[in-house]
Amino acid sequence: MNYDAVIVGAGHNGLVAACYLARAGQKVCVVEKNDWIGGAAVSRELYPGFTYSNCSYVASLFRPEIMRDLELPKFGLQILPYEGGAVFMENGDYLGMHRDHDANRREFARHSKRDAEAYDRYSRDVLRHCRFIRPMLLRTAPDPSSFRPRDLSELAWLGKQMFGLSEAAMYDMIRFWTMSISDFLDEYFEHPTVKAYQAVASIIGTALGPMSPGTAYVLLHHAMGDVDGNVGAWGFARGGMGSITKALKASLEAAGGEVRAGNGIEKILIKNGRAIGVAMENGDEVHGKRVVSNMDVKRTFLKHVDEGELPGDFVKRVKAFKIRGSSGKLNIALDKAPVFTALPPNSPHMKGDMHFTDSIEKMERAYDDWKAGHYSADPFQDMMIPTMIDPTMTPPGKHFMSCFVQYAPPKVEGQDWTDADRDGFAKACLDQIEKYAPGFKNSILHVEVRTPRELEKEVGLTEGNIFQGELTFDQLLFNRPVPGCAQYRSPIKDLWICGSSTHPGGGVMGAPGRNAASEILRDLRAPTKDMSEAYAVL
Amino acid sequence: MNVMRNSDPRLHYLTPLKQTPFHPRTAAENRLNDWGPWAGYTTALSFGDTAMEHSAIRNGASVYDLCPMVKYRVTGRDAAAYLDRLTVRNASKLSVGGVHYTIWCDDAGKVIDDGTLFRLGQTDYRICCQERHLPWLLDSAIGFEVYIREETEDVAALSLQGPCAWSVLNAAGFDVADLKPFRMRSFPFDGGELMISRTGFTGDLGYELWTTPAHAIALWDHLFAAGAPWGIRPIGTHALDIARIEAGFIITNMDFIPVDQAVREDRARSPFELGLEWMVDFDKGHFTGRRALLKEKVNKSSKWALVGLDIDGNVSVEGSIIYHNGKTEVGTVTAACWSPSAKRNVALAQIRRPYHETGNLFVEVYALRELQYAKLMLPARMCERPFFAPPRRRATPPGPF
Ligand SMILES: Cc1cc2nc3c(=O)[nH]c(=O)nc-3n(C[C@H](O)[C@H](O)[C@H](O)COP(=O)(O)OP(=O)(O)OC[C@H]3O[C@@H](n4cnc5c(N)ncnc54)[C@H](O)[C@@H]3O)c2cc1C
Repeated sequence: MNYDAVIVGAGHNGLVAACYLARAGQKVCVVEKNDWIGGAAVSRELYPGFTYSNCSYVASLFRPEIMRDLELPKFGLQILPYEGGAVFMENGDYLGMHRDHDANRREFARHSKRDAEAYDRYSRDVLRHCRFIRPMLLRTAPDPSSFRPRDLSELAWLGKQMFGLSEAAMYDMIRFWTMSISDFLDEYFEHPTVKAYQAVASIIGTALGPMSPGTAYVLLHHAMGDVDGNVGAWGFARGGMGSITKALKASLEAAGGEVRAGNGIEKILIKNGRAIGVAMENGDEVHGKRVVSNMDVKRTFLKHVDEGELPGDFVKRVKAFKIRGSSGKLNIALDKAPVFTALPPNSPHMKGDMHFTDSIEKMERAYDDWKAGHYSADPFQDMMIPTMIDPTMTPPGKHFMSCFVQYAPPKVEGQDWTDADRDGFAKACLDQIEKYAPGFKNSILHVEVRTPRELEKEVGLTEGNIFQGELTFDQLLFNRPVPGCAQYRSPIKDLWICGSSTHPGGGVMGAPGRNAASEILRDLRAPTKDMSEAYAVL
Repeated sequence: MNVMRNSDPRLHYLTPLKQTPFHPRTAAENRLNDWGPWAGYTTALSFGDTAMEHSAIRNGASVYDLCPMVKYRVTGRDAAAYLDRLTVRNASKLSVGGVHYTIWCDDAGKVIDDGTLFRLGQTDYRICCQERHLPWLLDSAIGFEVYIREETEDVAALSLQGPCAWSVLNAAGFDVADLKPFRMRSFPFDGGELMISRTGFTGDLGYELWTTPAHAIALWDHLFAAGAPWGIRPIGTHALDIARIEAGFIITNMDFIPVDQAVREDRARSPFELGLEWMVDFDKGHFTGRRALLKEKVNKSSKWALVGLDIDGNVSVEGSIIYHNGKTEVGTVTAACWSPSAKRNVALAQIRRPYHETGNLFVEVYALRELQYAKLMLPARMCERPFFAPPRRRATPPGPF
């Protein structure tokens, strides 16, 4: 059987690409090394009766165009908005978050009257930046060195976006894309905990601290999504993040596509400079007119392609691509809900994201540990209990707790992670929670601990970087993943990439997968009737 | 539960909409339970019948709960100089006991908000406005010896408006016969103090009454007892909205977007673009936005105009698109009503220049009548505001109108 396309990896982007290709009449096969699918959008039952979101845990970036085109609600996908959130403070109090504008203002006012009234201007400015970036998500970045009419017109479009701004807004934009989140927040807020909460989105998945230049953009990457048009809002996928990839798989199969799990590829087969299929770990070969890799750019080209097939300069650039891991995760099955001493009874704050890092300085210190090659002694945790809202993931009254942790280096003092390191990392996290919720540890039924080591081994994320490559300005748009290779193509004919290493980057967004499919279909001059126009930003 | 709500400041979220100090009285009067949120408070949209409430504004005496207005107190040696710098009008010239309507802009000359400025003392002012501005006010204070305090919750205020407003106050024992428009005076009341200013948002004879929350209920009861012969009644926001359109007054975030909230840069407006250039005092010295505004004035570079429209027919035109010549889109209606007082079909609108001068304007209306739309293209004419301006609003002393 010779497929039209063999997709390597059943991460959500591989599946999105496969779905669009299948709907355009292409014969596609997705091959996945794990026994399960989903990549970093995965839900597994590691303790009886408990479904986890093993990697990603909240959704906002996933493009609504894709959900609609691929009929994902019909295949079971539900995104649930959530409310709440809190930062627990060293002094025993907390800063809570509210969806209601007035409640949020009053909560801020408990800590700083000034900050309470600073929020309007802050959110205006962040939204302004979002409006600029959102239209770029479902477009292929132009190649600035090319003179093809399409690249020229894309460049002109990009220029128009830029020059549509006033002079002042343009300065703001350029500053924003390069500055640190700490500096950015100082322009609006005074209270350390208010700033610490806002800074979170700027360090997630990033091997940078809140004081590192370039982190302000990362904030935008987490603010530009939406839940049903509510820009910046986040939600849960009902049944765990794996529901997204389960729905994609069902949609793919309904369109005639195939998924083969449990057998990874060894090598991408190249003949006369063209990709013709893949050789599997078990010795099988799967042939296709083209190969589309959902693996990150490093894994794809440095592990599964013979270096000799690639231009030296390209290999050098791929090697230089920054993909440093910085995060780990604890997935915890709980016998009962924890009780946080700071929170009032029945607090709505437990339905959202909870943190223990109450100042930027503390966050930066956690990063200092990473620089020194350690996991953070006093880590930053983005902790959520999705079962406060989602009734399907655990038996009634029991809970699933998801703790996203920074910082965890790809190697511990230059050495591979050991089991003892992993246990020490887990202990630092659990101790931190116990400090704010005494007795919490006694209700633990099971913990899955994932350091960059596990993330690389299981999900295939090189160095454990959750976004398949850092989201700094030098690695975005036409520079993602590497200059000259930003249009989902590679130096090898018929070898494509569609994962988060490509524009517009990581997160459960689906945009790289869709954009890659769009480029492939354009090359084939195949109709894209099932690919709707990106929604206009009014 | 109630006890906990009151005692634990963390539980504010259980009642995200606060109740004003008058709530026990307004709740008892609100026959329809018709409430809406305003600046974080529960406020009455109507009490029972908007037409009757509007009629009270123009016929007898009406009472509107003003508490949600955001209030800042500005005190200190440099208070006047600070306000001269902050706002576009001359705050030093405002005499003690005086009030003026004002606006303030950002450095680019775009309007942040409008409001009323009360001069309570030589070095003591109150700003009363729609939106919240503490960071802006504090940052603007750098270099001035002033103290700025947000005091929204410390003030309880009612607006008493209507031809019989003076009669009611007279009966209530407050002598304001010689109080001129935009002046205020204090009276002892209920063991505290009541400040009465001759101000309002209806374009009619009227007063605003300011006290502290502790005296709120006493004030309400006193007014309603004194006002009974004149049919005094509480009014909701819907009735007030008709009156303010008749008076041609604009509201932040309804008739224009304040620049510090405008996500779309091109939505910001300058005073020239809101018909407020009359208050900009270029001669008082530097103020925030002056340079940009002067440039706009000299270059005539304003892009928009806020105008009053008189529209054919009797179909109200809120939210409609305005066309020049029936073809070119030139603006949007920001507020509109059939004016019961002026017996005209009126609107406030933002119109792209120079179409505010060309005439030949039409308003496109989709009038829904029993589930079917009548699509209308109604001729509209620019006209003077206010649409309704009874002489009694300025008469001093007022009479028993
Ligand atoms: C711990 C963690 C938390 C995160 N939290 C969030 C979050 O809350 N919200 C959010 O939006 N994003 C989050 N992210 C980021 C987001 O999950 C990822 O960016 C995204 O899922 C990546 O999707 P992808 O399809 O591009 O690639 P991947 O999901 O990495 O998919 C690649 C696939 O390729 C497979 N593969 C690898 N090697 C081979 C091989 N040799 N043969 C066959 N198959 C192979 C892998 O098994 C995998 O299935 C998180 C990521 C992690 C790791």
